[in-house]
Amino acid sequence: MQKEILIAGFGGQGVLFAGQVMAYAAMDTGHEVTWIPSYGPEMRGGTANCTVVISDEEIGSPLVKNPPAVVALNLPSFDKYENLVQTGGVVVVNESMVDRKAERKDITVIYVPGNEMAEACGNRRLLNMVMTGALLAAFPVLKMEDVKAALKAHLPAKHQKLIPNNFDAMEKGFAHARAQLEGIPA
Amino acid sequence: MPRELLKGNVAIAEAAIRAGLEAYFGYPITPQTEILEHFARRMPELGRAFVQAESEVAAINMVYGAACTGVRVMSTSSSPGMSLMMEGLSYIMGTEIPVVLVNVMRGGPGLGNIAPSQGDYNQAVHGGGHGDYNPIVLAPSTVQEAIDMTVLSFDLAERYRTACIVIADGSIGQMMEPAELPPMQPVKRKDWEWATNGAIGRERRILSSIYIEPAEEEVANLRMFKRWQEIQKNEVRYKEYHLEDADFVVVGFGTAGRVALSAVRTARQQGIKVGLLRPITVNPFPYDVLDELSKRAQAFLVVEMNMGQMLNDVQLAVKGRVPVEFYGRPGGVVPFPDEILSEIQRVATTDLQVVSDPRHAWYERMVEYLK
Repeated sequence: MQKEILIAGFGGQGVLFAGQVMAYAAMDTGHEVTWIPSYGPEMRGGTANCTVVISDEEIGSPLVKNPPAVVALNLPSFDKYENLVQTGGVVVVNESMVDRKAERKDITVIYVPGNEMAEACGNRRLLNMVMTGALLAAFPVLKMEDVKAALKAHLPAKHQKLIPNNFDAMEKGFAHARAQLEGIPA
Repeated sequence: MPRELLKGNVAIAEAAIRAGLEAYFGYPITPQTEILEHFARRMPELGRAFVQAESEVAAINMVYGAACTGVRVMSTSSSPGMSLMMEGLSYIMGTEIPVVLVNVMRGGPGLGNIAPSQGDYNQAVHGGGHGDYNPIVLAPSTVQEAIDMTVLSFDLAERYRTACIVIADGSIGQMMEPAELPPMQPVKRKDWEWATNGAIGRERRILSSIYIEPAEEEVANLRMFKRWQEIQKNEVRYKEYHLEDADFVVVGFGTAGRVALSAVRTARQQGIKVGLLRPITVNPFPYDVLDELSKRAQAFLVVEMNMGQMLNDVQLAVKGRVPVEFYGRPGGVVPFPDEILSEIQRVATTDLQVVSDPRHAWYERMVEYLK
C-alpha cells in the first residue's frame, strides 16, 4: 500500500501543519511516511505546499507528479493541481477562496466552505483542520481517530487547550464531505 | 529510542550532539540553516561550543584549529558555502586530522538556487581543494540514514585521521520522516597521540600541512594513500534492491537513488528485470560490486541530480563491458519516478552501444523532453 496526499495553499493557511498531523498519524499507526514541504522562493511569493507519502514499505520518491489526493486551499493551488491529480483521484477544495467549479469529470471534487466553517468553529485558523477532516472522509488513508490521537500526542503542551476546537473542526469537515459524497452518484 | 518524526537538518544536528560533538562552527545558508539553529540552542545548553563565524572561510579554519586539539568538531554548509571551505579542507587533509563536514547540496553552479541538487559530487569525491587527498564521503537518502551516517562519520574520521563528508541535498534536509536517534554519548576526550592538547610534561607536538622539502611531502602523500587503501578495503557501503536476477542495473545515490527505487519497482511490475544499486559511501566507491554486476548485467543506467558526475566512477568500474547510460536533472530539479521509468524502458528495449560519453545522447533527449 502506498498513498500520497498533496496539500497546497497560501502561507498562513496551515498547509504544512495539516500535512504534519497526517504524517504523525501515519507514523503512530506503524506506517512509513515522508513529509516534504516546498521551501523554495515560491514560499516567499505566498504559496506553500507539502507532500505526504504513506506506505507499508521503504518509501522511494518523496515527491509525486500525479497524486491521488489533493487539498487545495486557494485558487492558484486548485488551478495547478486540478490538472495533476490522478484519474479517479480526489480534490478537496476550499470554496471560500475558489470561485469556480472543477473542469475535469474524471475526479471526485469535494467543495468545502472552509473559511466560514473554521470561523463557525471559533477560529479561522482552524481551516486546515476542517479541510483535513473533509479529506479523511473522501480519501480514507487514515482513520479519523488516529489523526485525532496524533494531534493530541504531538501538539505542544501550550497548545493542548486548542484540542477540542481542532477536533470539532475536523469532525465538521468530515461530516460536510461525507454528506456531499452521499449526494454524488458513485 | 522510539521513532520520532524528524526533519533531516534537525536530525543531523541532534545526531552529531549525541555522538559527542564538542564544538560546532558554521555560517547560515539555505537549505541547511536549521542545522545551525538547532546547534545554536542545544550546544550552549549542554555547555559545548557553538560559534556562528563571520564566514565559511572563518568557520572551516575554526574547525581546523579545534580538530587539532582532538575534540569532536564539525561544520555544515550548502554548496556555495562549501566551496568557500575547500582551502581549509585541503589543509585539514594535509594535516591528517579528523573532521566531519555536511553539505546539504543545492542547485548550482554559482549562487544557483536553494533547490535540492547533487552537483557537488565531484567537489566532495574527486577533490574540491588543492593537492592529492581522499576524504570519506557518505550519501544518505533518508532521514534515518542522515542520522546514522553523521554518527558513523565521527568514528570513521577518527579511525583514519581524515575528513568525513556527508553529502545530503535540500530535500533530505527539509524532509520529515520517522527516525530513531541514537542514545546520548558522553563527550569523551581521547588523548590522541597526535593531538596538540597541551604539552605539559611531554614533548611538544606540531600539526601542520607544510612540508617544505618535496621529498617529505611525497612521503606524506604516499602515507595518506596507504591509509586510503585501508579505507577502500574496509569501508565500502551500499544498498542493493532487486539485483539478484537483474538484467539491467540502475545506479543512483541519495535522493536520486530513492526516486529511482520507485521507478525500479514499477518496472518490475511490468516484467522488466531491473535492480538498483544505491552507493552509501560514494568515496570509497563500490567499484568491486559494480565490476561483478557488469559481468552479468546487459546495461547500466546512472541517475543523478547533476550533469553526470558519479557516471565516471560507474564507467570506471564497468570497464566498457556493457553500455552505461545516463539520466540527469541538474540545476536543482528533482526527477519524478516516471522519467526514470521511461529511461529504464528505453534501456531495456534498445540495442545500445558502449560509448565513452553517454551524456551527448542524453543531452539530445533532454532538449526534446523539455520542449
